[in-house]
Amino acid sequence: MTQTPSTPPQQGLRRRELLIGSAIAMTAATLGIPFGRLTAAEAAAAGAPDLASYTPTFFDAEEMRALSAICDTLIPADEDGPGALATNVPVFIDLQMDTSYGRGEDWYMEGPHDPNAGDAFGYQLPYDLRTLYRKGLAATDAWSRDQHGAGFADLSGEQRVEALNALSKGEVDFAAYGEPMLDGETFFDFLLQNTREGYLADPIYGGNKGMAAWVMIGFPGARASFLEWVTRHNIPYPLGPVDLGGNFAPLPNVKA
Amino acid sequence: MNITNEPVDAVVVGLGWTGAIMAIELAKAGLRVRALERGPDRPNAEFAYPKPADELAYAHRHKIMQSPRQAGFTVRRTRDETAQPMRVLGKFRLGDGVGGSGLHWTAVQIRPTPTDLKLKTFVDEHYAPGALDEELQIQNYPVSWDEIEPHMDFFDRVTGTSGEDGKDPFEGPRTSPYPLPALKDTLNCAMFRGQAEKMGYHPFSNPSAAVSQAYTNPYGQQIAPCNYCGYCSFYACLNYSKASPQTTILDTLNRMPNYDYLTGANVTKVELHPDGKTARGVTYVDNDGNEVFQPADIVILASFSLNNVRLMLNSKIGQQYDPLTGEGTVGRNYAYQLGSGYTMFFKDKEFNPFVAAGPTGVMFNDFGPGNFDSSQLGFVGGAKVHSSQATGNPISMAMMPGSPKWGPGFNKALKDSYGHSMAVKMTISNVSTRGNYLDLDPTYKDPYGMPMLRMTYDYPQNDLRLAEFLNGKVKEIVDALGPDMVVDGTLTTKSRMNYTAGYSSTHNVGGAVMGDDPRTSAVNRYLQSWDVHNVFVPSGSAFPQNFQANPTALIGALSYWCAQAIKDRYLQNPGPLV
Repeated sequence: MTQTPSTPPQQGLRRRELLIGSAIAMTAATLGIPFGRLTAAEAAAAGAPDLASYTPTFFDAEEMRALSAICDTLIPADEDGPGALATNVPVFIDLQMDTSYGRGEDWYMEGPHDPNAGDAFGYQLPYDLRTLYRKGLAATDAWSRDQHGAGFADLSGEQRVEALNALSKGEVDFAAYGEPMLDGETFFDFLLQNTREGYLADPIYGGNKGMAAWVMIGFPGARASFLEWVTRHNIPYPLGPVDLGGNFAPLPNVKA
Repeated sequence: MNITNEPVDAVVVGLGWTGAIMAIELAKAGLRVRALERGPDRPNAEFAYPKPADELAYAHRHKIMQSPRQAGFTVRRTRDETAQPMRVLGKFRLGDGVGGSGLHWTAVQIRPTPTDLKLKTFVDEHYAPGALDEELQIQNYPVSWDEIEPHMDFFDRVTGTSGEDGKDPFEGPRTSPYPLPALKDTLNCAMFRGQAEKMGYHPFSNPSAAVSQAYTNPYGQQIAPCNYCGYCSFYACLNYSKASPQTTILDTLNRMPNYDYLTGANVTKVELHPDGKTARGVTYVDNDGNEVFQPADIVILASFSLNNVRLMLNSKIGQQYDPLTGEGTVGRNYAYQLGSGYTMFFKDKEFNPFVAAGPTGVMFNDFGPGNFDSSQLGFVGGAKVHSSQATGNPISMAMMPGSPKWGPGFNKALKDSYGHSMAVKMTISNVSTRGNYLDLDPTYKDPYGMPMLRMTYDYPQNDLRLAEFLNGKVKEIVDALGPDMVVDGTLTTKSRMNYTAGYSSTHNVGGAVMGDDPRTSAVNRYLQSWDVHNVFVPSGSAFPQNFQANPTALIGALSYWCAQAIKDRYLQNPGPLV
């Protein structure tokens, strides 16, 4: 992946100053870090693409707009955390489409398929993940236009929440929008799982920008060495996370 | 292209725990041994810090697991259902490549008890006729405690099992103490231990094959002290601390001149001589698509239990079990294990869940079979009750009850939930029944054109009644600990098996069980096929039913037991050992 800057630190810092855009600003503001105090971790975050100028590798522009709106609705930014957009979750999902997971290379895809076999049998559709997303996003948008006269991305915040609620409860009949096999609930379950993954996985995969979701919950990431901490009971762990690229993120209330 | 290799004395199919044990023991006896592993060999560089500290890759993309596309199963609950392929990995996860499931296991190395091994005798002595469900097919393990315990003891010394001596009054007699002291208690361990003791139970640290101290094992391999990195179950160890075939056997084995191994060698069939009484070797397909015949005098089926059963069926070794007539033995007595429990949330406690070895935890065996009186309760079996903190990886974190799964308030729910929960769980034994079995699927095939294994399995009511009984007992502990909130994840008599993506365990056993009677077992007490005497099947497939302990301690011991029988008796006089 390309999120770790390959430039020397000094250059990285200069690049960071040039790159600070709205998404970075939102992250930093959410974390309560004054701009003047941005450190190496933010420099790493700045090496990650800005969602607004990101060119998707799989989704087209309209799909990316719908996907981003869905991610934003699933994990909105608020006083507690940065949300899916500021942490590049749509970038994560787009990049996942071009992996063996996205292409369904590990899944057993031979027929016959019985999509009505029942919940006990798990996933039984003939679609790999990228096909499922393409179909699901199109059907969701078609349903949204039918219901509200606008695609999902152009719905009000309230309408978006309502729409995802309906999807999650299996109340949206995708068959009426050209998808006889894919059901809204299955699509929603993948959206939610992948959004949660993008929020909480290592930044190397394109989401969790700046390790902001890890900072929020107090997860130290890839530190992976706690021999002396095992017997220190009921004490919050004081150090912020590190990622697989070797970057670290400061705690919001610790002066770097 | 068809290729025939130079013959070897023994070919070992699969290079996980059993394959590594069989290969090194037979090589030490002077045999020319070749292991065939269908997955890759991964260099240690792949497991260097911090690479394995990657939840997405290991726990969600199954980086070191067998994929359903490569080696899948079809599943159904009962015979009247049409089995569907398990298309996406989830419920159980077999290892892929050198090390097998021994690379990603949780490394809890608890032994069964002497009662577990003689459960049929226990039932006959303690239950009135007709007191248990008619469908049960409980059988004794055809080895005595005194025969098998020395092999569990040696396997403990191979893995450096770290545990608490003398704390479990229900354990069977031991040849020697644990090689190393137990892992340290995390907060959940201390809370559970204290409460369990207060209520008269006998808690002790989970016996751990992630070692507590620097250790050199009998093969001369050195293991480093576990650093509680938090990436253990589903992961390869980044610290040379978790016992695996790599960290405890293979570095030694690989230096023996009479041993070699091939990767990318997918064994599709054991080839028999025309009389069907002996095998002449195995056929595998290599990564270039060549079909290769490997001649061998002895064939060791050491792949995962389910794959051993499939290989036997696809090779026509033994007769397929028929649940209607009860005839046939291969596929008979497939069993699993049941997981049940409670997750508790404490607003004011910091559990630091990322501070964890896979086996970090405390358990007690007071509800093992024979340790409490269940003769009037309509079920047989037992559970280990434990509080373990195996990982703190956030994508799979437990969420407080009532919290939103997404949308407004989700960030707060993540913050409030993470690091504030602990679980008390039951790992419940699984009786074998007439209707739970394995056979070949009539429809679905693997990439080599071989039929997939079909699993017909549902939770027996016997075990669900046991679960309901235990729920009440464990709830007393939960309530006494005084959590702010509790998620009830227990099984009831209405629970059914499902194959959704959530993980349960990879403790799939049975299907080629060991026994004294060739009408009810596929292999004899030395893990030798009753039908083809130079085929040995040392694996979890030999378990006549499953107990409440984790299976690896006994699987390792059975492998040593089998290797000893081959070395001491079979080589001198090849033929049926019983």
